[in-house]
Amino acid sequence: MISKEIMQILSVSEIASETVEMVLRNEYISEQAIPGQFLHILIDGHTLRRPISIADINRESKTVTILFKIIGDGTKTLAGFKEGMEIDVLGPSGNGFLIEEQDSVVLLIGGGIGVPPMYYLARTMVKKGKKVIAVLGFQSKSHVFYEEKFKELGETIVVTNDGSYGERGFVTDILGKIGSFDTYYSCGPVPMLRAVTNELQGRRGFISIEERMGCGVGACLACVIPATDEKGYKKICSDGPVFDAREVTL
Amino acid sequence: MNKLAVELPGLSLKNPIMPASGCFGFGREYSDFYDLSKLGAVIMKAATGERRLGNPTPRVAETNSGMLNAIGLQNPGVEAIIREEVPFLAQYNTNIIANIAGSTIEEYEEVALAFNDTEDVQALELNISCPNVKEGGIQFGTDPMMAARVTEVVKKASNLPVYVKLSPNVSNIVEMAQAVEAAGADGLSMINTLTGMQIHLPTRTPLLANKTGGLSGSAIKPIAIRMIYEVKQHVSIPIIGMGGVSTAEDVVEFLLAGASGVAVGTANFTNPFVCSDIIDELPRTLKKYGFDSVKEVIGKAVTLA
Repeated sequence: MISKEIMQILSVSEIASETVEMVLRNEYISEQAIPGQFLHILIDGHTLRRPISIADINRESKTVTILFKIIGDGTKTLAGFKEGMEIDVLGPSGNGFLIEEQDSVVLLIGGGIGVPPMYYLARTMVKKGKKVIAVLGFQSKSHVFYEEKFKELGETIVVTNDGSYGERGFVTDILGKIGSFDTYYSCGPVPMLRAVTNELQGRRGFISIEERMGCGVGACLACVIPATDEKGYKKICSDGPVFDAREVTL
Repeated sequence: MNKLAVELPGLSLKNPIMPASGCFGFGREYSDFYDLSKLGAVIMKAATGERRLGNPTPRVAETNSGMLNAIGLQNPGVEAIIREEVPFLAQYNTNIIANIAGSTIEEYEEVALAFNDTEDVQALELNISCPNVKEGGIQFGTDPMMAARVTEVVKKASNLPVYVKLSPNVSNIVEMAQAVEAAGADGLSMINTLTGMQIHLPTRTPLLANKTGGLSGSAIKPIAIRMIYEVKQHVSIPIIGMGGVSTAEDVVEFLLAGASGVAVGTANFTNPFVCSDIIDELPRTLKKYGFDSVKEVIGKAVTLA
């Protein structure tokens, strides 16, 4: 259940171009959060909170790691926060990824700032004894992060749009070369998710969608997506952000 | 005696605080944060005759000291609201105000009639000021004749008190207020959002898919205060004030300007506990400015000679 919590900032570091890793401490969130959930973060002076996905959890040290890209005033201010400061968050928010107990191999496809939630998912999958294959897409070499951390968990293929590191192109360009898997999980910009779901049509998959949010709790209907059910739509913040690839229309 | 209590047509409010329409859904999500019985009232999200799916996304964009929204009156339709949402809110000891909208006068009438059959709704808020739909909404809210006409029809159809929600997107707000008062409105609700737009520099496109949206949040508070103050001098029906309220001090300011009830909108997104926090803080804030009760603050703004 979503709670309004105060989190202590333990560290802030720029781990790739315009990409910041922040480690936060909070008992409730670290105990409750599952892969795919996000924090709705208040940044002083801003009307709307910023939804940022959870990249990792450590229940022993009660820490929560988030990664975000500096794209506007809010994330720029957040990036300037220092160790020892506190932030007000709502969380853990959203539904999280469904893990199919019978699966033995899972394919994780992350694009840009959609990579972070894939990391906590990958760690959880490995802990459950599943084999993980990760395909990580970035703009260019300076944007690449967490490659080593993913490699510790399983086969990892990095793709950059400009070919400055790893394979050249888009994540979808290499999906044909991947071995067999049971379920795929993907997070990234909508055009990438559209391409991934098209490429893997008919396969069981879950996608995590980002959108500009208002309340972040399901009340304001700012972040909706057309759905195939009779209601006709889903709320990304509260029904998602993770959806079965077949239940929403990208 | 309850120092926060206010009596308005159809509404015995234990305190003047209520979440504004569209910023609180039908209360379900916020009931996880605090007991909704604490609220003076809840103004539900707009109801239309049929289900509406609203506008394409992005539907929100932050601005300096506020936000733009263009949700587009998404709602499950009046029948579903009466069947599924009103009973949920009716569990709480608070007043329910139904916000009603339509594309045509006939639709407004149909929605108003539908609420006659439920005992749990205490008042209607007539939404003639939504800036984000192509038909209806604001076209009724910017022409005094149209506003009066839809007010008359809804008053005739409904057995509930009708608060007309005014648009600030007019050059003469007093004229609008007087027109709906003469047409039988029991109260006013003001202000709705101001039409605005924001352009994303890297893509050179409007941030909202709808291009324009309604500006809300603390950026619009001085406009709301000015309009309520002006209207209060010229009408005798009570005003529910709204527009950028986020603290108990803001509430006192709205009361001074002439509001008898105060709705909180956008601030719910920043802090889901905001209405509850304001209600806790209000007695201290009243005392700080030399008041014993909410009632004695209403319309007490003074101008120095």
